[in-house]
Amino acid sequence: MIQSVLFAGVGHLAQSGSGCLGPNGTSITGLCTSDNSLHMPVAYRSILPMLVLFIGALVLLLVSALLSKRSRPGLYPVLSTAVGLAALVASVWEWYDVGNRGVSTIGGQIFYDRFSVFFGVVVSVTVVLASLVSDSYLRREGLDGVEAYALILLAGTGAVLMAEAAGLIMLFLGLEIMSIALYVMAAYHRRRTESGEAGFKYFILGSFSSAIFLYGVALTYGATGSTRFQDIAGYLARNTLVHDGVLLAGMALLIVGLGFKVAAVPFHFWTPDVYQGSPTPFTGYMAALAKAAGFAGLLRTLTGALSSQQANWRPVIWLIAVLTLLIGSVMAIAQRDLKRMMAYSSISQAGYVLVGLQAGSAAGTAGSLFYLFTYAFVIVGTFAVLGLIQGPGEARNDLGAIRGLARRRPGLAMAMLVFLLAQAGVPLTSGFLAKFYVIEASVQRGQYPLAIIAMLAAAIAAFFYLRIALLMYAGEGEAAGPAPALEPAGGGAEAAGEAAGEAFVADGALTAGLQPVPSLDGATATLTWEPPPEERIAIPPAVAATLAICVVFTIAAGVSSPIIDFARHATAMI
Amino acid sequence: MTAALLAAATGSGAHLAHASAWAVFGVGAALILTGAFGVVLLRNPVHSALMLVITLIGVALEFIDESADFLAAVQIIVYAGAIVILFLFVIMFLAVDRREPAAPEPTRAQRPLAVLLGLVALAELLILSRVQHWSSGAHHVAGSLKGGEDVQKLGESIFTRYLLPFEMTAALLVIAVVAAVVLSRRHGRVAAEMSPAEQEEATLR
Amino acid sequence: MGDPVFAHGLTLAVWLILLVKTVAVFVIVLVSVLFMVMYERKAVARLGVRWGPNRAGPNGWLQSLADGTKLLFKEAFTPRSADRLVYKVAPYLMLVPALIAFAIVPIGGTVTVAHNTTELQLADPPWGILFMLMASGLAVYGVILAGWSSRSKYSLLGAVRASAQMISYEAVLGLTTATVVLVTGSLRTSSIVAAQHGGFLYHWNVIHTALIPFALFAVAITAEMTRPPFDLVEAEEELSGGYMIEYASVDFAWFYLSEYAALVTNSAFIVTLWFGGPDGPRITGHSIGPFWFFLKLLIILFVFVWIRATLPRLRYDQLMELGWKRLIPAALIMLMVVAGFQINREWGFVAIGAGLVLAGVLWRAIDVGRGATVVESGPDPRVAQEAEQ
Repeated sequence: MIQSVLFAGVGHLAQSGSGCLGPNGTSITGLCTSDNSLHMPVAYRSILPMLVLFIGALVLLLVSALLSKRSRPGLYPVLSTAVGLAALVASVWEWYDVGNRGVSTIGGQIFYDRFSVFFGVVVSVTVVLASLVSDSYLRREGLDGVEAYALILLAGTGAVLMAEAAGLIMLFLGLEIMSIALYVMAAYHRRRTESGEAGFKYFILGSFSSAIFLYGVALTYGATGSTRFQDIAGYLARNTLVHDGVLLAGMALLIVGLGFKVAAVPFHFWTPDVYQGSPTPFTGYMAALAKAAGFAGLLRTLTGALSSQQANWRPVIWLIAVLTLLIGSVMAIAQRDLKRMMAYSSISQAGYVLVGLQAGSAAGTAGSLFYLFTYAFVIVGTFAVLGLIQGPGEARNDLGAIRGLARRRPGLAMAMLVFLLAQAGVPLTSGFLAKFYVIEASVQRGQYPLAIIAMLAAAIAAFFYLRIALLMYAGEGEAAGPAPALEPAGGGAEAAGEAAGEAFVADGALTAGLQPVPSLDGATATLTWEPPPEERIAIPPAVAATLAICVVFTIAAGVSSPIIDFARHATAMI
Repeated sequence: MTAALLAAATGSGAHLAHASAWAVFGVGAALILTGAFGVVLLRNPVHSALMLVITLIGVALEFIDESADFLAAVQIIVYAGAIVILFLFVIMFLAVDRREPAAPEPTRAQRPLAVLLGLVALAELLILSRVQHWSSGAHHVAGSLKGGEDVQKLGESIFTRYLLPFEMTAALLVIAVVAAVVLSRRHGRVAAEMSPAEQEEATLR
Repeated sequence: MGDPVFAHGLTLAVWLILLVKTVAVFVIVLVSVLFMVMYERKAVARLGVRWGPNRAGPNGWLQSLADGTKLLFKEAFTPRSADRLVYKVAPYLMLVPALIAFAIVPIGGTVTVAHNTTELQLADPPWGILFMLMASGLAVYGVILAGWSSRSKYSLLGAVRASAQMISYEAVLGLTTATVVLVTGSLRTSSIVAAQHGGFLYHWNVIHTALIPFALFAVAITAEMTRPPFDLVEAEEELSGGYMIEYASVDFAWFYLSEYAALVTNSAFIVTLWFGGPDGPRITGHSIGPFWFFLKLLIILFVFVWIRATLPRLRYDQLMELGWKRLIPAALIMLMVVAGFQINREWGFVAIGAGLVLAGVLWRAIDVGRGATVVESGPDPRVAQEAEQ
């Protein structure tokens, strides 16, 4: 492969020696047109955050190759955090540099606008948080090494690239760079079978979705004659397609491909297994990053390039949003594994962003962006807490592990409570405003049913968020007492399709206020609560700092918000 | 194959060019289909891999037919010359080259469903090829191939308009390297995760 | 561009010329092989202060013919467990690439036959030199499939070795070939030769690219052909014949033939790429390209024999280390340096500096890596520690 591109390059160099003239002094057709000039200015400023992340990853690898092994165990997270911060600084600088204008640079492959820069900020922040959280986890599991951080940075590179992409080719490249790095991260915990399984499942299904996306790119190209967003939009604005079947098919496949990445129903089947099996801090990173980048791609494609086709894609997104909201919320209730539960929770959260996307308006986009930005803090924080309480070897991921957390570590429980409330959409947290903005945008477009369904889903979801919260604050006596209760299967509305022998598990701590929970896990008829781990959970300083940042941000963004202005400015796409 | 290659590479006779282009297309198409069916139908993994090579050579022929000589050469060098060789390498190393026992399908409906979807895709392509104006083709992304050799054209494209996509594939390659290291390295296990017997074994080692 | 013979369309004369040229290429390769088999045995013998074959024909020069005849009359058998079809096809898969690659070698200038001017070269496609890489890429199949289909442990080991070795060294081959393409500005073999024309030695690529790429290319192509000292694929002492241990009679003859055909073809490529092809001083005003071409070919062939007689075989890990840790980085750096000098002198020196830095970094990294391998392959220190407690 190296050779092949080399030869193409060599041919080019040989050509540039003779400038625009052919061997006989004649001008070679097509070489000297302004469109295809051999001089290609590269606007480095427009890809600065991505360059920082990518070069940072290379520097990390180089440093690790040059330092003798284990001489600097704590160096890589520090370096990785520094790179993330540098990318953040670069993004902020870009924000002021680009202003409200937007240009496409580097041969029309990159959009330099506030939308790109916004995601530069989101991704940089996520990288910083993930680097801080991962260190203690990786050391605890004996997995520390440079590769984890290099992968974090490379996945970030791909995510930024997806947001910056000015065409489907670039979008696909970003998608692949991010996805492949995430596949490996999912399988990073080599000694846990679940981790390997997660990586494998993610890889297989992800590859399929990439192929589907590519097919969509091909069909869209066939229908519009270009892969660049501007050209596609321009072509569709100028021409009314009589036969738009190919375009619609292409659009549908693009939605499927990107919908997989953001875990929208019905393309969500990988999510629970992958979230459950992946190393916990990486799960948080994956959830924040893949969602942000996937939605950046969806927004670019649908509201950018295909905005003239709104009448066609909005109903599709409507359906997907409804399914995502309801199935995510309902399935989460039935889970007994914390990471699985959070996986379904993240699916339902994606539904709200889809609601914002479905609005197809500037307000909807702003709401989606705000949602993605705030959600990054919440989900990284949530999985950071889960990573702490699960204990070495990810021994405890069940609901019982979190029981009585408030008694053991009140601070940790408080942080977790904030994250849970934010995800449930309780006022005074960022989650409330985020949900409010996307639903408001939806209402503005007259989508009352969708708004009502979204609120209904929030109510359903509040159930299991509060359930975790109550478990955390369950007192001593309750924690010791609850006996597993077996009841015959009744008319569990959500689990109607399940076998009649399905057990209803009544949690003793919760029977007072809440209904019994249907268990979808048919194999286990009884549920025995293992006693919660009694040893004191150590909180490493880096994780504590990260949690503090996330909590402060979640509350700050929920009280008074310059963030939404930030997001509103960022909707200025080309 | 040699004859076809040479015919395509050198053929410029006016009346013969058309016929030879068709001949090349026909041979290429036959090779592609033979190979594709072989890959799916043959039981032995090595035979399937060889059939894949035949498909790749057929594709290379079609590239030549479209005067994309460079792509044809790359197709052979990279795919036939390196990638399938690595397939074979792995097949031989893992010794999975025995006849697969006809294991029961995990999902009963899988096979008919696959056939059905394949037929749907085929029908889709056939319909698309018959529908007029399906490709509105506003303009080509690539320049015209008139003048200059296609290697030079490709070089220009890669180093001007597609510079960034080309460079960013470097990130993919870096990830591939890191991934290979991560996935192939044997980690020592922490004692807490071992059974007592394994711990004993570890000390004895 | 292209062969002038096609200027007036495809007439009968052109078809005849093509036919003659095709046959000529086959004859040249096959005769060279017959000669080479003998030449190698005699030269190796003389380098070892022995006589070598000296019975069949005048001075023993017909020995290879006699050997070939004997081979044809031997019993051809197939191991019972062999994969019959692949077993039978493998020798041909090895022979064909070796033969067709010679088609793009320019032997020297043009000739005019019955008002038709033609190049002394069967085909001159614009992507010429890629054809060489294609052929060498496909040649691996013969070795791999022969080894696999025989169902013998030794031959399978040979096959596995071959696949790894050939792919590894193909990267070096491609990278060094790229430096040639860089300085000549074309992939066409005739253009590559034309660019080196004029001025004996001075314009040759071996000088133009500062010798190092040629050295790398020579090593790589030796490994690609699995010639000694890189003949681990068929190492007699370890694998007792390697991938072709089960073959006999005609099938074995094909392997023998294709090995030497590959040797001749690749030597011809060395001459074409690095030593100006048919370029050489004119004698009494006449251009005698073919003479110079075959003279250079002969010298290159002798060097290969000389290497075989001199150098001991490498170990497998040494082979891989040499390829991946030395040759590929060196080839990359040389490509960068040559590219730098193509722009101007300043960039050239910058490239040299950068190359030295990169080489230093790589050296250090290899050093560190070697230490790390030793540590990691042992049991995890934490495991041992905790288990002791």
